[in-house]
Amino acid sequence: MKKTYTVSVFTENSIGMMNRVTIIFTRRHLNIDSITASESEVPGVFRYTIVLRTTKAQIEKVIGQLEKVIDVIKAFVHEENDIVHQEIALYKIRTETLTNGDVEKVIRKHHARVLTVDSQFMVIEKTGHVEETQLLFEKLRPYGVLEFARSGRVAVTKPMKELSAYLEEI
Amino acid sequence: MTTKTTGAQAVMKSLVAEQVDTIFGYPGGAIMPIYDALYDYEDTIKHILVRHEQGATHAAQGYARTSGKTGVVFATSGPGATNLITGLADAMIDSTPLVCITGQVDSKLLGTDAFQETDVVGISMPITKWNTQVTRVEDIPAAIAKAFYIAKSGRPGPVLIDITKDAQFGEMEFQYEKCTTIRSYRPKPKLNKTLLEEAAILINKAKKPYLLIGQGIMLSNAEQELLNFVEKSGIPVASTLLGLGAFPNHHPLYAGYLGMHGDYAANIKTNECDVLVAIGMRFDDRVTGDVSRYAKQAKVIHVDIDAAELNKIINADVGIHADAKEALTLLTELVHQKEHSTWLQEFRDLKKVEVETLQKSTDEAFNDEIKMDEVIKMLSEITNGEAVVVTDVGQHQMLTARYYEYNKTKSNITSGGLGTMGFALPAAIGAKFGAPKKTVIAIIGDGGFQMTLQELGTILQSEVNIKIVILNNRFLGMVRQWQQMFFEKRYSFTNMVSPNFIALAQAYSISAKKVEYREELKESLLKMLNHKGSFLLEVMVAKEENVFPMITTGASVSEVRLN
Ligand SMILES: Cc1ncc(C[n+]2csc(CCOP(=O)(O)OP(=O)(O)O)c2C)c(N)n1
Ligand SMILES: [Mg+2]
Repeated sequence: MKKTYTVSVFTENSIGMMNRVTIIFTRRHLNIDSITASESEVPGVFRYTIVLRTTKAQIEKVIGQLEKVIDVIKAFVHEENDIVHQEIALYKIRTETLTNGDVEKVIRKHHARVLTVDSQFMVIEKTGHVEETQLLFEKLRPYGVLEFARSGRVAVTKPMKELSAYLEEI
Repeated sequence: MTTKTTGAQAVMKSLVAEQVDTIFGYPGGAIMPIYDALYDYEDTIKHILVRHEQGATHAAQGYARTSGKTGVVFATSGPGATNLITGLADAMIDSTPLVCITGQVDSKLLGTDAFQETDVVGISMPITKWNTQVTRVEDIPAAIAKAFYIAKSGRPGPVLIDITKDAQFGEMEFQYEKCTTIRSYRPKPKLNKTLLEEAAILINKAKKPYLLIGQGIMLSNAEQELLNFVEKSGIPVASTLLGLGAFPNHHPLYAGYLGMHGDYAANIKTNECDVLVAIGMRFDDRVTGDVSRYAKQAKVIHVDIDAAELNKIINADVGIHADAKEALTLLTELVHQKEHSTWLQEFRDLKKVEVETLQKSTDEAFNDEIKMDEVIKMLSEITNGEAVVVTDVGQHQMLTARYYEYNKTKSNITSGGLGTMGFALPAAIGAKFGAPKKTVIAIIGDGGFQMTLQELGTILQSEVNIKIVILNNRFLGMVRQWQQMFFEKRYSFTNMVSPNFIALAQAYSISAKKVEYREELKESLLKMLNHKGSFLLEVMVAKEENVFPMITTGASVSEVRLN
């Protein structure tokens, strides 16, 4: 049965690392829903967060193959319940639409915040799960969204140790 | 005072520090500085000039497999580098340690479609254990040290280092430090004693235990430990294609060769044993047949140095991430001394059925013509099963695996996982450099020989002594067999017209002989073996011999067919 899995991969910061990580998925014909990568709490160690739908058997093999990559320090897989995750979305809309009181209501209701206001446009930020950032998009759309960008997922695990223990080891 | 070393000289000094004695390669623009540095090492390092870079990789594989060392390859950028791809893929899937060094265009030209620029690091990423591009001269020694460490440790594999021309020309103060650890890489698993005790309990209780071995035994140098374990536990041993040679085939506990064209008993018993112990093998689909009907009745113990192999294909009741040698040593202490004579007798009974059935059907079909398997049997007898036998891919490969009695370790060199036609001729050249005292015999089909026959030039120039047997059935035999069995004998483009192989060999100053009649077979084989220097023997064999037993696609190991 297919489910959504979140994969956390810790790697060295070497050229081509993103490629080395993603070809493991490509080879198995797995489509990645989202991917984020940046430096972890340990300087020089990168953290990839990859979200995809697949089966348990398949994802376990992927983890095994990821860990075989020389510059991969450790890979973990999590089900939705094991993690706290978040995404961030930015919405650019015309400043003049603010004179319509409904936009303010939408922003308040969705607990979004205004990042910047310019004479012409403003940027609204919303963090949340993908359904939430999507919902805000739908609500703002009638007023005209000039630009919309959404990050991939970032996630931390619910169990206390696991990841940090591993990072300490290195 | 230290003197300056160029990047190219640093490559050579690093190779010397890694005790490299043989390099297989081919020069070109982007690797010229390294070839220039190599010129000063004529006395210490043998460089074998191949005729195509694919040949360099296969030769390096043959060298690595017979010597137990890491094979080294040089190639230039662009087409030189892309010609390595087949060999890299082959070495990757068959766990062969290689360090390939490619020249690359100047770092300032990277990404500009410069002359002979190819993104070989990108191309070879999925088919190397590790690869890297070096653009700064000072990074050369560390990259080479890392490459040798990665290639040989853990589950071995090919590594590629792409060095830009400016890095080769640059200067540095040379210092070499061997690489012994990489923080993100743990090639040596800790032995888990508890798991081995669990395994021993299963083995000690077993009535019908069965051991499957693969190349991992040889890669971990565990041949003696295997023998000790088997002789104490009394467990019959069967081998995968690449595992052949790890256990002497004349041993009474040798149960045969596994897989699609493996032995009747070896396959059938997989689905009758109660405990299946697999060591240093990876349950390739050519071994398992239908996995959903594979060894379901048995408790499975799987030992492998690559954690990703455990539970990849077959779920293990006890999966042990370990080096074969260490695991076998401890396991031998833990198991009881036993004999399983009735169980062994069952193997022998099936063997008898196999021999009689096969004999009968081939006798009926091919009276006068020489059959591939009789050539192999004769060769095995004459050489006592002690030669290094290098095979190509096809019917001759399967029949050699079946009928050559491999009694020595590291004596079976073949392309298993990738099934690369054209492998044998260059691999045999490399195998001889890796084991100069051994008789090296390449057994090749008429088709496969024509894929890399340019390496006859390498034989001529390097004066290497190998014996080449072409089993000429005038067909791409293995494909033809499938067409006969599954495509209603529609022989679509499998008939093979060949040149005069004897004249061809002679053009390269290689002595050669053609055998057409059974009466001349033995004396011709002897003539070949006794000949000083390389020799090519073309044996005309039956056109439409089929390889049996066979597990057809989708069938289970217990459905192995004898005809
Ligand atoms: C490079 C490559 N191309 C195609 C194949 C598919 N293939 C497998 S066996 C075979 C026939 C080999 O014929 P030959 O070398 O004459 O050996 P025979 O089977 O006749 O002994 C072919 C074409 C392959 N394994 N490798
Ligand atoms: Mg043929």
